[in-house]
Amino acid sequence: MAKISPKKTPMREQPPKERIKNYDEVPYGYSPAEAVLEAQRCLQCKKPMCIEGCPVEIDIPGFIGFIAQEDFKEGIKRLKEKNILPAVCGRVCPQEEQCEIKCVVGKKNEPIAIGRLERFLADWERIEGEIEIPPKPKQTGKKVAVVGAGPAGITAAADLAKLGHKIDIFEALHQPGGVLVYGIPEFRLPKAIVFREIDYLKEFGVNLYTDSVIGRIKSVDELLGEYDAVFLGTGAGLPWFLNVPGENLNGIYSANEYLTRANLMKAYLFPKYKTPIIKGKRVATVGGGNVAMDCARTALRLGAEESILIYRRSRPEMPARNEEIHHAEQEGVIFKLLSTPAAFHGNKNNWLREVECISMKLGEPDDSGRRRPVPIEGENFTMPVDVAVIAIGNNPNPLIPSTTPDIEVGKWGNIITDPETGKTSKKGVFAGGDVATGAATVILAMGAGKVAARGIHDYLINEI
Amino acid sequence: MVKIIEKTQIAPNIHSCTVIAPDIAKKALPGQFVILIPDEYCERTPITIADWDVDKGTVTFIFLEIGATTQRLAELKTGDDIYSFTGPLGKPFEIDNYGTVGLVGGCYGIGGIYPVAKALKEKGNKVICYSEARAKFLLYWNDKLEEVSDEVRYSTVDGSLGTKGHSFDLLEENLKSGMKPDRIIAVGCTYMIYRVAEVTQAYGVKTIVSMNPVMIDGTGMCGACRLEVGGETKFACVDGPHFDAHKINWDIIQSRRKAYLEEEIISNERY
Ligand SMILES: Cc1cc2nc3c(=O)[nH]c(=O)nc-3n(C[C@H](O)[C@H](O)[C@H](O)COP(=O)(O)OP(=O)(O)OC[C@H]3O[C@@H](n4cnc5c(N)ncnc54)[C@H](O)[C@@H]3O)c2cc1C
Ligand SMILES: Cc1cc2nc3c(=O)[nH]c(=O)nc-3n(C[C@H](O)[C@H](O)[C@H](O)COP(=O)(O)OP(=O)(O)OC[C@H]3O[C@@H](n4cnc5c(N)ncnc54)[C@H](O)[C@@H]3O)c2cc1C
Ligand code: SF4
Ligand code: FES
Repeated sequence: MAKISPKKTPMREQPPKERIKNYDEVPYGYSPAEAVLEAQRCLQCKKPMCIEGCPVEIDIPGFIGFIAQEDFKEGIKRLKEKNILPAVCGRVCPQEEQCEIKCVVGKKNEPIAIGRLERFLADWERIEGEIEIPPKPKQTGKKVAVVGAGPAGITAAADLAKLGHKIDIFEALHQPGGVLVYGIPEFRLPKAIVFREIDYLKEFGVNLYTDSVIGRIKSVDELLGEYDAVFLGTGAGLPWFLNVPGENLNGIYSANEYLTRANLMKAYLFPKYKTPIIKGKRVATVGGGNVAMDCARTALRLGAEESILIYRRSRPEMPARNEEIHHAEQEGVIFKLLSTPAAFHGNKNNWLREVECISMKLGEPDDSGRRRPVPIEGENFTMPVDVAVIAIGNNPNPLIPSTTPDIEVGKWGNIITDPETGKTSKKGVFAGGDVATGAATVILAMGAGKVAARGIHDYLINEI
Repeated sequence: MVKIIEKTQIAPNIHSCTVIAPDIAKKALPGQFVILIPDEYCERTPITIADWDVDKGTVTFIFLEIGATTQRLAELKTGDDIYSFTGPLGKPFEIDNYGTVGLVGGCYGIGGIYPVAKALKEKGNKVICYSEARAKFLLYWNDKLEEVSDEVRYSTVDGSLGTKGHSFDLLEENLKSGMKPDRIIAVGCTYMIYRVAEVTQAYGVKTIVSMNPVMIDGTGMCGACRLEVGGETKFACVDGPHFDAHKINWDIIQSRRKAYLEEEIISNERY
């Protein structure tokens, strides 16, 4: 066997200076030759550690093996056995803390680029291959309502439809996809990819009703009257704010509002699309997760001269994917670490003009194991900014719990579920994804959708 | 997507529009709203449900031509489709027997108070409506309002119908001369409802106003519609849009309303 390269096969991408002037996807993806080269680095372990790291247990050496043999058709089939959204996951999963961190090659060298290979197969299928629609399964005569068309809802719907149940999805917005469409920007996850996946779902008989806010147009109880079971995948909502003086000034957005305007409503194509967004010259984003990186990078593409990221801990504690942090740095996002806003100051018309920050240092580890930031007395500083985006997290979407009094929720308003089945405290109602866990990841939401689909199937067929 | 079955200009720049939306008609309650998008390029726009017919499966709303999105909506004709139409959203008004209730409506709020008046009247309240406009020819639905209330008091800025001045001026006069309503409800532009709140505060009358902050999703996801009520952050789309007028932090609202002026002018010019 040829000596394997210590490094991942690089993925070509748009140069930083150019890409901040457009909204197109940053990495181009592997060519077939590059994918094969990378796949050949895989040792095909007898006891593959990578699978253990994958929340949905994809047969990773299996699909990589097919790529190495240039049998992309079998590769995608193997991949899709466990993951119906590989084009999405290959792009947005935190592989460095899931599968790739476990990869044995990664002990001495760079691990296998599992995410890039996943993306390659999915893109190959979309562009070159024939998408196979599996034969329609025997119908069970049972009907399930899925609320929310984000990754959790889409996955639950797909698995249940494959088991022969009749599925109707209700989505509040005018487009399906959840965060994949309204939150994660086009330059990271092209929307056409998400819509293709959803069309695939429709092809095997799933109905999608957009513009349908459950809790308003129909209550959960009314759904239970029409369906044999209900799955709730309504995601995160209610953005958190810092609760510091001046936070209601004009020019301050929640991350969800900023990204929804930019992505779902296409404010980056203003004025062709009529939803406005304030394009600051100096934009400050507060936070250190994927959401914050997306906001800071969106600001650059909307024409900001400076995009500043304010994060209260230091770089190693940032929860964002490595690739996102790296891309943000390449594009010139300015990182103001170990600082947090203490106040926002405006002009006489209440427009944001300045952010006042406190410097922090790292103290003892907290519950999450990360070192707790503590303020350094007397070390305040100010920076001129005209737009600020608050990206520090969300509570679960409140609408269903507030209109379904008999469903049990936790301290943060999250719907409480049995992790083995997705069951909630209400009979016939299952839930999963961000609405149950609080803001998490695409793959965990998909995993929860899968668990709940199995739970619902057992409930419908075996009455457990 | 919903089909327009009737659309009329009922006053200059003010339109009434009826669409087929049987599920929404079945569920609608006074004070709820929809979020609509006239065509795929437009903004998500919140609009109050002014009337509905469960049997016919129709929903009627009143809108003012203000910016790019409502102008596009004004161009649509009977038989055309509205790209996206979601509702009913928000919490309805509380409807109970309070005694005497004054309902103040201006601009789209004249339509906005109509179903509230109807429901309150059915509950046995004495209902007095205050309908205001700049001039007589800008008032609409006079007959409809009169049908569902004990009295409609008109005010126009130019004095062409009813009392000269604003509804809140007339209301203040009435309160001064001894009227003791048990509750006041106001729907309309921010300036009008704010002035109503000011007037009734002085007389200690419980007042509920319908707030109209910028909204996007309408499900409590984006936070655009946040307001400060009684010192707490509230989201108008899920907690409101109706709040106790005397607990609202009005300073913040006045400034936020103007946030998009510049962009809207551009969007408008291009339009
Ligand atoms: C900007 C951003 C970037 C992110 N980046 C990453 C990343 O790189 N990698 C990663 O793994 N994760 C990332 N995440 C997190 C990830 O997107 C979420 O964890 C995941 O989308 C959760 O899926 P979900 O299906 O639970 O909910 P969502 O995706 O939130 O979908 C919920 C859906 O339900 C709908 N809904 C809500 N209420 C109702 C109702 N009452 N009736 C009907 N429909 C309703 C919503 O409109 C929405 O479409 C990111 C999140 C954000 C916001
Ligand atoms: C819960 C709710 C219910 C509503 N019900 C109705 C309704 O039944 N009929 C109706 O016509 N409108 C209603 N509105 C207001 C309506 O949503 C706005 O008028 C609309 O968004 C304007 O969109 P546009 O793109 O045409 O104008 P934009 O381009 O968004 O606005 C143009 C200019 O008008 C100003 N402006 C926008 N809205 C208002 C307002 N309400 N008062 C004062 N100035 C404003 C803006 O600041 C801007 O300067 C409601 C709003 C809310 C939140
Ligand atoms: S652990 Fe790494 S080398 Fe082993 S099978 Fe998985 S990807 Fe291949
Ligand atoms: S409109 Fe988005 S939270 Fe209310």
